[in-house]
Amino acid sequence: MSTVTVEDLADVVAPRRFWTRERKTGAVFVALGVLAAALFGALAPAETARFTLSEDASGAALKINGQFGAILFGIATVGAGAALLAGVARRWTSWLLGLGILAFVLSFLCWQVAGKFMPLVDTAEGSLELALPLILGALAGVLCERSGVVNVAIEGQFLMGAFGAALVGTMAASVWVGLISAVIGGVIIALLLAVLAMRYLVDQVVLGIVLNLLALGLTGFLYERLMQPQAATYNEPPRMPTWRIPGLADIPVVGPVLFDTNPLVYLALILVVVISFGLARTRWGLRTRAVGEHPTAADTVGIRVKGTRYLNVLLGGVVAGAGGAFFTLVSTGSFNKNMTSGAGFIALAALIFGRWTPVGAFFAALFFGFANKLATYLSAIGSPVPSQFLNMLPYLATLVAVAGLVGRVRAPAADGKPFIKG
Amino acid sequence: MSTPDKEPAVGPADKTAAGPEGVAVDPAVATTDGPDRGTERDDSFLQNFLHNLWAANTVTVTVLSMVLALVIGAVLIILSDPDVLATYSYITARPSDAFSASWTLVSEAYANLFKGAIVDPAAVTGWLAGENGWQAVFAPLSETLTYAAPLVFTGLAVALAFRGGLFNIGAQGQAIIGTLTAAVAGFVFPLPVGVHLIVALLAGALGGALWGFIPGLLKARTGAHEVITTIMLNYTAGLFLGWVILQPGVHDPGRSDAISKPVDSSAQLPALLGGGLRVNLGIVLAVVVTVGVAWLLNRSAFGFELRAVGANPDAARTAGISVTRTYVLLMVMAGGLSGLGGATQVLGTAHTLTSQVAGNIGFDGLLVALLGRTRPWGVFLAALLFGALRAGGNRMQSFSGISLELVTVVQALIVIFIAAPALVKAMFRLRAARAARLQTSVSKGW
Repeated sequence: MSTVTVEDLADVVAPRRFWTRERKTGAVFVALGVLAAALFGALAPAETARFTLSEDASGAALKINGQFGAILFGIATVGAGAALLAGVARRWTSWLLGLGILAFVLSFLCWQVAGKFMPLVDTAEGSLELALPLILGALAGVLCERSGVVNVAIEGQFLMGAFGAALVGTMAASVWVGLISAVIGGVIIALLLAVLAMRYLVDQVVLGIVLNLLALGLTGFLYERLMQPQAATYNEPPRMPTWRIPGLADIPVVGPVLFDTNPLVYLALILVVVISFGLARTRWGLRTRAVGEHPTAADTVGIRVKGTRYLNVLLGGVVAGAGGAFFTLVSTGSFNKNMTSGAGFIALAALIFGRWTPVGAFFAALFFGFANKLATYLSAIGSPVPSQFLNMLPYLATLVAVAGLVGRVRAPAADGKPFIKG
Repeated sequence: MSTPDKEPAVGPADKTAAGPEGVAVDPAVATTDGPDRGTERDDSFLQNFLHNLWAANTVTVTVLSMVLALVIGAVLIILSDPDVLATYSYITARPSDAFSASWTLVSEAYANLFKGAIVDPAAVTGWLAGENGWQAVFAPLSETLTYAAPLVFTGLAVALAFRGGLFNIGAQGQAIIGTLTAAVAGFVFPLPVGVHLIVALLAGALGGALWGFIPGLLKARTGAHEVITTIMLNYTAGLFLGWVILQPGVHDPGRSDAISKPVDSSAQLPALLGGGLRVNLGIVLAVVVTVGVAWLLNRSAFGFELRAVGANPDAARTAGISVTRTYVLLMVMAGGLSGLGGATQVLGTAHTLTSQVAGNIGFDGLLVALLGRTRPWGVFLAALLFGALRAGGNRMQSFSGISLELVTVVQALIVIFIAAPALVKAMFRLRAARAARLQTSVSKGW
């Protein structure tokens, strides 16, 4: 944050207050848990909620009485909150946070699913599929922003990637050529971002927004001029095949979700591990973090600040472009105007909610993907909970996180500040 | 183009006019003041004018940015036309074919852009000959002003916050909430003509102000960066609107799709000219509000405080200005302006709520604010230009078959060039302008 805030000042004056961040979170959790146990418990019918371990209603299932489950998991949330309130050791905090959120979600699910069934494999598959572009987009954001370049243009990179994949994929009749051109599409926007931000010192947030509009206009224009009139020649890319990993794919629930799926999922999972390891343990990672936190110091010890940033922004373009390929090669099978409809901004939210770390961004993206999937599921079973509110969840969660109500997020210190040598 | 054809070289009179605004973004118009004046004292006005014409001052850079954007747009038009592209396959044998085909295509498209935005000569001769009414002559201008009105409000919302050092990406969300509250007030309250319109407009402003208050408060109390919070609130507002439209009492019972009841005629912005022309009271309101914002920014105590905070929050705090209070107030005002923009949109042209009722006016407002260099009248002119591009784009789409999206591309390109004056300067080998500070951006990250 670029400004000194009231709270920062207060922190200096009184470093040990009773109401620490953990205690506030704990209080919030206790309130949420009580709400869940009372409200969800009261509303839930006393019927069995079935969570089937398959893609439909058949097969083995986890069963629980809806009302009992809603109350039980509500109390579990209260328990997690109480533990945080009582003041436990720091290393337990994130576990308790996760436990509290999980129990709250389960309490909610027990209420909704009571008397019905929820296919777990289908839910997990759907969540992962919806999360996939978010994971790749957020990882692209991690690469850019850890080196100190704000990337609001993820949406534009998605669009260019999706468009490139559809156009060239159709013309070459090859998924892999399509994927490569998606990457090139993402890199084009990344290159514009890098050059204009670093060479011409354009404000990076402005630039991101404008590049999004540019990508929106460009792809929309070419879509209407080329793709709409001649869909067969320009807009029918082959779909990405699913790769089944023998052996692992036979594991119940996890197998079909993780090991019998499209190659982009494997790519995303590998990238999470590689980028996470790379940032923490390699020379490149150290330099990236140095450049993102304190470019002047990095420059003093001989690290090429701009070179590192260029590299990372372009790598980000590669990853985000691949994420864009998801929309045309995996999801729908053809390009449409503004088809990403804000996914780039949810990826940005995942990046921030995940505290600018690859693993955090990964879990945040999964969580947002799950919220989206849940919204579809709930409207399918005719739930009274409006899907729009569940779709708001990523944005509201990020808002709460940024405001410091739960936990603390901090951007890399030099994020968005151009480096001017000398 | 409806840009100011003001000469870049100006005398002392213009200097005093631009004087009080020089805190955050300097009027980069080169003046004949300054330390190096002595050497050029003897230059004639014409020499001075020519000297400054090719310098990187605001007006030259703005005009060149537009030219560049239109040239790139022309290239896109040619590249996306298979017939014309085919003539390029034998360009070495017969280059005239390729050039004439390209010229015909592009000139026809841009002629339609002009005819749709400013005036269609055919309509004028038709009017003089008595073949068509006066409406056809003013129809393009009417469309331009109709599209420009909401952009003036959202542009001012972004510009005002910008001058106070806040980056209001949330104009879109604030405008969406503005459309929502204005429309609901427009069909729920049974009020007499006149009062109803005022109530609906106020409701729109209040809704937007509330949506601006949230990031303002979060910024002041917790330091949460307004760029992040406003981006998140944009999408929250869109989803919220989508939900409200479907609620009983709001949803049009006669329709199966997601559309609200129409706004009562007593709450609609009345048409200015009649005769089927769409231009409405919104553009008059826009002028009034621009005057108000210009006064607030340059003449009022709060305007001074906000410019001080925008220039240097630490210094402002030391001087006894409450930075947190300024942030909150500023975001409330910006939100109110955006909300008015949304209200103008729904009470002036759309009349019903749909999920896309606010269109892109918030993000366009951001571009307009940058193009207008965050100065009130600059924003007004920039909004007129964007309105003209949009109105002309409609005609270009229906007459030349060039997608309206080209206008989005051109608008984005203009702003990219505006925001990177060094790029334009290098491309055209412009002279460095004297006393010019061509920085539209604040570059402070999050």
